[in-house]
Amino acid sequence: MSFVEYSEFIQEGDVAIIFLGHDSMMPVKVQQGSQTQTRYGVIRHSKDLIGQRFGTKVTCGKGGWVYVLHPTPELWTLNLPHRTQILYTTDIANITMMLELKPASVVCESGTGSGSLSHAILRTIAPTGHLHTVEFHQQRAEKAEEEFREHRVGHLVTVRNQDVCKEGFGVTGVADAVFLDIPSPWEAVQHAKNAMKRQGGRLCSFSPCIEQVQKTCAALADEGFEEISTLEVLLKVHDVRTITLPLPDFGPDRPLETPTDTPVPSNTSVLCKTTTPPREMAGHTGYLTFATKPRV
Amino acid sequence: MADNGDNDSQHRVNEGDYVVLKRGDIYKAVQIQKKKKTVFEKQWFFLDNAVGEFYGTTFEVVTGGTLQPRKPKHVESSADAKEAGTDNRNILDDGKSQKLTRDDIETLKEQGLKGQEIVQQLIENSTTFRDKTEFAQEKYIKKKKKKYENSVMVLKPSCRVLAMMYHSREPGKICHMRYDTLAQMLTLGNIHAGSKVLVFETCAGLVLGAVMERMGGYGSVVQMYPGGGSVRAGVESFGFPSHFHDTLHEFPICHVNALLAGALDTEAKDIDADAGQANGDKSNLTQTDPGKAESKEGSPDKEDQSMETSTSTDPAEDKEREEREKLREIRGQEKKVKMEAKRKKLAAAAAVLEGRNADGLVIASRFHPCPVLLGLIKFLAPSRPFVVYSQYKEPLIECYTKLREQGGAVSLRLTESWIRHYQVLPNRTHPMLLMSGSGGYLLSGTTVATDTPKTGSTRGEEPAAKRLKLTETTEG
Repeated sequence: MSFVEYSEFIQEGDVAIIFLGHDSMMPVKVQQGSQTQTRYGVIRHSKDLIGQRFGTKVTCGKGGWVYVLHPTPELWTLNLPHRTQILYTTDIANITMMLELKPASVVCESGTGSGSLSHAILRTIAPTGHLHTVEFHQQRAEKAEEEFREHRVGHLVTVRNQDVCKEGFGVTGVADAVFLDIPSPWEAVQHAKNAMKRQGGRLCSFSPCIEQVQKTCAALADEGFEEISTLEVLLKVHDVRTITLPLPDFGPDRPLETPTDTPVPSNTSVLCKTTTPPREMAGHTGYLTFATKPRV
Repeated sequence: MADNGDNDSQHRVNEGDYVVLKRGDIYKAVQIQKKKKTVFEKQWFFLDNAVGEFYGTTFEVVTGGTLQPRKPKHVESSADAKEAGTDNRNILDDGKSQKLTRDDIETLKEQGLKGQEIVQQLIENSTTFRDKTEFAQEKYIKKKKKKYENSVMVLKPSCRVLAMMYHSREPGKICHMRYDTLAQMLTLGNIHAGSKVLVFETCAGLVLGAVMERMGGYGSVVQMYPGGGSVRAGVESFGFPSHFHDTLHEFPICHVNALLAGALDTEAKDIDADAGQANGDKSNLTQTDPGKAESKEGSPDKEDQSMETSTSTDPAEDKEREEREKLREIRGQEKKVKMEAKRKKLAAAAAVLEGRNADGLVIASRFHPCPVLLGLIKFLAPSRPFVVYSQYKEPLIECYTKLREQGGAVSLRLTESWIRHYQVLPNRTHPMLLMSGSGGYLLSGTTVATDTPKTGSTRGEEPAAKRLKLTETTEG
């Protein structure tokens, strides 16, 4: 397994996603002799996982069962250990498209955070692209680097432990796209411009507050960025349900002619397939500001 | 330009390139052809001058329809915007504030005045301009600029611009799929280099192109197509290098049942082995129109006559008739070659599908998604994502229900994405007044291995699924 390449069978050292049921998952690192406890019982890695096909049903100790899934950046996003707030798939999808990422893209990112977006970028730019990611928190930077190695994408990424607002991305003139998720992105706009290719490229900044967006847009305009556009994306999940709508009883149709002893038809409700929105949903994650660096 | 040329050459516009024209928020995909008149946003011009320039260049349309690269980024001069009012209490709408008449403006245009100069004239001849607030002045200039500045930008095509272009220009052709929905599809489908992806779409090839862009020419894409042939107009617009097309296969959906039943693969092998024999069988299968089948049958005996056509120099009057005949032969030959190629392609696509180990499935069509999904999901390996688009929610509810009954998929989610654009300007930041009502719906999920069918898989599945549900509710 690798986050950038599917494989058929589970091997030692792989990350596998244990699917426990509706919206309930957990990641495991597959190791010979290891055991994982779930609410359906124990999973013995040597017997239950190694050599099995991804996607198979694994019977656990208590007779319950789970599915074991091949990791993808999307599943990882839902299962990763949070070291920071993370970006979720809805935003990631739009960032990826609007930054025009594809195989061979060179991308700069800051901060690395928990690596949720990083994995999605790596998946998209593999096998010939590269990600330069900058994280000023030393422990987080180290942890991310370790994770990338474990996930077998280490060759596609360089993690730098520095302050992007002061020291930039550590590269100049190489990036097709830059992504900023930092508290003061306007302070990094100049560095972003320097990191980008002479032919130009795309930039995205993610900020939760509108004041941050305003400062960033002003900085982008000052630096000569074009096509500046701010947007917000949300995901609405529809739960599929079968509902029962009772029918009101208007009494007998023609009271005089109906014999009183005939039973009233029992058809007093209607079944109906529909969707309901969840009671609560994410109402705001952040504003996404995109811009194009023109050719110089 | 003398600077490291070889690296730059790929960033320059070449004749024959597929490009996207941009003006404001309006996009149009065209191919660069010399001396070809292009109409865009009520102006016409020739793209000849774009050849050799860099992608991203903005051109000014000058008289005679020629393009002139706009070199210096003219400073955002709001003229002499020093004078401005504070409110509009004294501004009356008497319809007489503009001193220039429609005819005057037409004359200015005919004189070949640049857009910028016309805007300046309009400002100077507006009696109320100076009384407007600073913001109103800016808005006025912006509006006039949009109308009179005849500039056009030439962009390299990408999934982003093409998805936005189709959504605004021809939403009907792409089943009203909004660009953010397409973005979700590519991500939820885990589309990436090196995988084997099945695509069924009737979105003019936009979805197929988007998938191909994300694959970067690595792996394989099988386009499952309905009817007589695949639609790929949108794919053309991406301007992919030719090697991308080597990874693209196509398979008619009308053969899916045969393939699943194992009835097609012998056919496919026959086709490969000897084309002549398979010819007849094939035409029955593909249900091509009678004309096509006829020409195909006619062609075998006239093989190797293409040589003759190149040496034809008869001066007589029957030259014409001969030529006509030859033309027909050539056409027959061409058709035969095409059919041959098509059959080879079919066999290749069948071979790709046969392993039933595809890595992803993307469906976006005007057909009912339910049979499409239930039919094509069989080609996926376990633990692979699939995503189905529909303009309407109800068919996806049906898909959801059927898939639940059938099993073989987990993490089923019916979602809709919502996008809002913002105007960000000093002291005037707010959401855009207009937003798109809907960009369609998605059903996504992950395949899993179905139980080994020993005593009827559905019977084994049902209680287990129920039990799982039960435990969830008790735990939740």
